[in-house]
Amino acid sequence: MIIVENLHKSFGEDHILKGISTSFEKGKTSLVIGQSGSGKTVFIKCLLGLITPEEGTIDFDGKIYSQLNSNEKRELRQEIGMVFQGSALFDSMTVEGNVMFPLNMFTQQSQSEKEDRVNFVLKRVNLVDAHHKYPAELSGGMQKRVAIARAIVMNPKYLFCDEPNSGLDPKTAILIDNLIQEITKEYDIITVINSHDMNSVMEIGEKIVFLQHGEKAWEGTKEDIFKTDNEAVTSFVYSSELFKKVRQMYLEERT
Amino acid sequence: MLFPPIQGELCYFYATTIIPLMTYLSAIGSYSIMVKEVFKKPTKWPIMKSLIFKEIDELIFNSLGIIVFISLFIGGVVTIQTALNLENPLIPVSLIGFATRQSVVLEFAPTFTSIIMAGKVGSYITSSIGTMRVTEQIDALEVMGVNSLNYLVFPKIIAMLLYPFAIAIAMYMGILGGWMAGVWGNFTSSADFIEGLQMDFDPYHVTYSFIKTLVFAFVIATVPSYHGYFMKGGALDVGKASTTSFVWTSVVIIILNFILTQLLLG
Repeated sequence: MIIVENLHKSFGEDHILKGISTSFEKGKTSLVIGQSGSGKTVFIKCLLGLITPEEGTIDFDGKIYSQLNSNEKRELRQEIGMVFQGSALFDSMTVEGNVMFPLNMFTQQSQSEKEDRVNFVLKRVNLVDAHHKYPAELSGGMQKRVAIARAIVMNPKYLFCDEPNSGLDPKTAILIDNLIQEITKEYDIITVINSHDMNSVMEIGEKIVFLQHGEKAWEGTKEDIFKTDNEAVTSFVYSSELFKKVRQMYLEERT
Repeated sequence: MLFPPIQGELCYFYATTIIPLMTYLSAIGSYSIMVKEVFKKPTKWPIMKSLIFKEIDELIFNSLGIIVFISLFIGGVVTIQTALNLENPLIPVSLIGFATRQSVVLEFAPTFTSIIMAGKVGSYITSSIGTMRVTEQIDALEVMGVNSLNYLVFPKIIAMLLYPFAIAIAMYMGILGGWMAGVWGNFTSSADFIEGLQMDFDPYHVTYSFIKTLVFAFVIATVPSYHGYFMKGGALDVGKASTTSFVWTSVVIIILNFILTQLLLG
């Protein structure tokens, strides 16, 4: 379990995160949602240790990140998989090279063992016959799959995704969402997804944390989000006519 | 707060002098911390070895063409200019070879070539690392637990240890260019030129030149890396960072050239 308590972060005079506390459970896909500029990316970067918060603690299954020494932090990071918004694949490496990279860096496996593992994860993300292609030769959806494969190749305990389906067509976006959820269940990992895509919320949001102006304005499940009276959440989630109708239908069905 | 607000007549002085000074000092501090981090948490040797060979190819071998080209012509120009300025018949013609050797070995090969390399190699380093920063590839390395500075900058520093060999080639080509321009342009005979080359030769001058070159190599590997690694923004900012990196690398090389010359020859 990841427990976040009273997280504060400022850049100069801009107070970006204002005392966020929440938790993320094993085997569940948790979504952090909010408008652009609400602090989602800073929040996830604090969780990843890429940004140091001024105040607050992040507890990874009993290990408080700020209290770890650099070696312990490094070990913890090897248990983290991350899918970046722009995939962040290494341009100079092939798909196989990208996915094999963490294995090369942190394991003593033989070449054949590494190849077997890479083949396994690429097959798991439904990406075969792309081993020798470079990232520039892949579509956005394929790049995301490679990024997911690279994130899970080390069997991580924690998976973070920053807007994993941004820039993808709706069908591919749903495929990526479902893939992340399947992997979360299959490997029983803690998955935290940063998103402002309402389709993702409705599709895979087992826990939803809504951020507004750097504060946690609401949290609940995707079922709760239909029922909530929180104005900030409803004005954000049901900003489109389609979702307003979906909510109306849901509530009518319930009554 | 780094820069507290100041009211009154000190404000102008503060804004025009203290803030830029603090910014430069802050940048020097960040650069020093970066250099320290480069040597921490080393990457596994088999991976590092392949990165070093890749950088040797990219930074040294791919630069040899331009080094040879520039040195050949610079040597030729030095010879022609020296010859054209020797109007007094009492001054021996062999001085043309002597002046070419001294100019090329002491200054043109190590310093002039390094300024060119600051543009060629430096902009490559800044843009490649800067692009990795913009596209979150550096964040990806950090999240995996890789020391990104060691992974990205250390191989460049090691590869640049071969830079003195490139400068040795530059010296040879510069003198060859001088000989070609002098002899084929009928400014001097081959024998006079070679006599000048051998006149009062002090091997320490070559040592001095190689010491300078090693220092410049470190600057060319690290200053552009600093500008690429700590850049912020998008694709346009990568271009701006490359330009800034070239300016600062050149400035640092010129200042260090002065200091090293004073220390080693003064």
